[in-house]
Amino acid sequence: MKLFSSIGAYLLMMKGMFTKPENFKMYWKELMHQSVEIGMGSLWIVTVISIFMGAVSAIQTAYQLVSPVIQKETIAQVVRDTVILEFAPTLVCIVLAGVVGSKIAGELGNMRVSEQIDALEIMGINTRSYLVAPKILGALITIPLLVILAMALGIYGGRLAGSFGGILPAETYDRGLLMNFIPKNVWFALVKAYTFAFIISSVSCFYGYNVKGGALEIGRASTTAVITSCVLILFADYILAFFLL
Amino acid sequence: MIEIKNVSKSFGDKQILKNISAVMETGKTNLIIGTSGSGKTVLQKCMVGLFEVNSGDIIFDGKDLTTMHEEERKELRQQIGMLFQGSALFDSMTVQRNIKFPLDMFTKWSHQKKIARVNDVLDRVNLKDTNKKFPSEISGGMKKRVGIARAIVLKPKYLFCDEPNSGLDPQTSMVIDKLIHEITIENNITTIINTHDMNSVMEIGENILYLYNGEKEWEGTNKEIIFNKNQKLNEFIFASEFLRDAKDMRMLEQKGIIDNDRNMEQIMREGGANLVLGDDDKKDKE
Repeated sequence: MKLFSSIGAYLLMMKGMFTKPENFKMYWKELMHQSVEIGMGSLWIVTVISIFMGAVSAIQTAYQLVSPVIQKETIAQVVRDTVILEFAPTLVCIVLAGVVGSKIAGELGNMRVSEQIDALEIMGINTRSYLVAPKILGALITIPLLVILAMALGIYGGRLAGSFGGILPAETYDRGLLMNFIPKNVWFALVKAYTFAFIISSVSCFYGYNVKGGALEIGRASTTAVITSCVLILFADYILAFFLL
Repeated sequence: MIEIKNVSKSFGDKQILKNISAVMETGKTNLIIGTSGSGKTVLQKCMVGLFEVNSGDIIFDGKDLTTMHEEERKELRQQIGMLFQGSALFDSMTVQRNIKFPLDMFTKWSHQKKIARVNDVLDRVNLKDTNKKFPSEISGGMKKRVGIARAIVLKPKYLFCDEPNSGLDPQTSMVIDKLIHEITIENNITTIINTHDMNSVMEIGENILYLYNGEKEWEGTNKEIIFNKNQKLNEFIFASEFLRDAKDMRMLEQKGIIDNDRNMEQIMREGGANLVLGDDDKKDKE
């Protein structure tokens, strides 16, 4: 029963977002602020993860491809497709669920507990529209961009690992990248990125916005938001793969 | 003026407010007092629309909050200022931005005009030169004053204060009380204050509503409260023996039994007013 009431509360929160802004300029400022916080705040971690993810993928693929019949270019293809289809959208978004999700849940939870949300409501501001919507929209704008960046850096990481590790020369890697490339994979990755961005931001906003209690409950809300986001991301990953591939 | 008519509120099976009716008068500091858990904060939150009442009406100068649409409520809320118990300042904004926030959201004023208004209200609450400070850099009393400044920046018709003296020393509490009282009179607004601070009650309680277990137990002024006949209210006000003695001393002074400070001091040292109270005085006390 608690699950159904949570789903209901979540849907009501989402519905409550769609009202006319009291002041469009202020809402736009908040959207830009959240976009910068989410995007720039996660840039470094995405960069580091992506490069190493691609590098490790190249090394491990080379380790497994021991047959002399298989071309070295295959390593590049495997790294490319793995990074685009799975590592960039899913792995990066799971990390972002922790980074961004906990930040959003913690921020809103703290605002709830210290009555800042009540103060905004008393002023006549729709807090679901002013606090929640910019976070969700900001995530939808920036997380797919981070995923695109992760794809590029992941593939580049594989190239670096290949050439520095003596696994395969950069020219061979570049040739392999262009072989059997399926553009639909990029589209699929972006569909995943948008879906996961929505999950991360909306779930975290829900838990943070509905905190009741004190510091302990804020921590719990943060943790629950991250765990729930991760589980939903993996579930959505499977569903999207099943229906779209 | 705000009228509360037969307001009841429950959370699940627990009845928090039971059929409360009262009038909060314009131009006066209206206090809601009671022990912790008596329903003061719930009543105040019902009055500002943060909670929906189960039954009853809350009428703001003829307009019933309980029957308003969302847009009408938004308009009404722009006429309400509220000071929260913890001040509820926006942590990531400076004092200036905190106070300027309602102006940015609801006015089309120029930046200079907004800054001038911010400086005016900061001046009014005696907080010059704090514009660039963050809430974490100012004291509790200063936070309350910033909270008041933000609450009055749009010149509201109604001011709600939830335990404005919570966590403050007695001297600072008096400063805050005096400030709220002066602002109420200057702007002829309806001020509602939740408190259990008896100093506030005696200093600025022009209209006092005492809640006990979610019900209205007593209503009156600060002049009437000391010699009221309500037992529950007296147990609340005179919780300490010192205050009970102080009340008895006042009674004896009025009867002419005590006529100077040395007299009073001697009685207090010897064990208090009960030593001196005769049977008639004890009957009056009851």
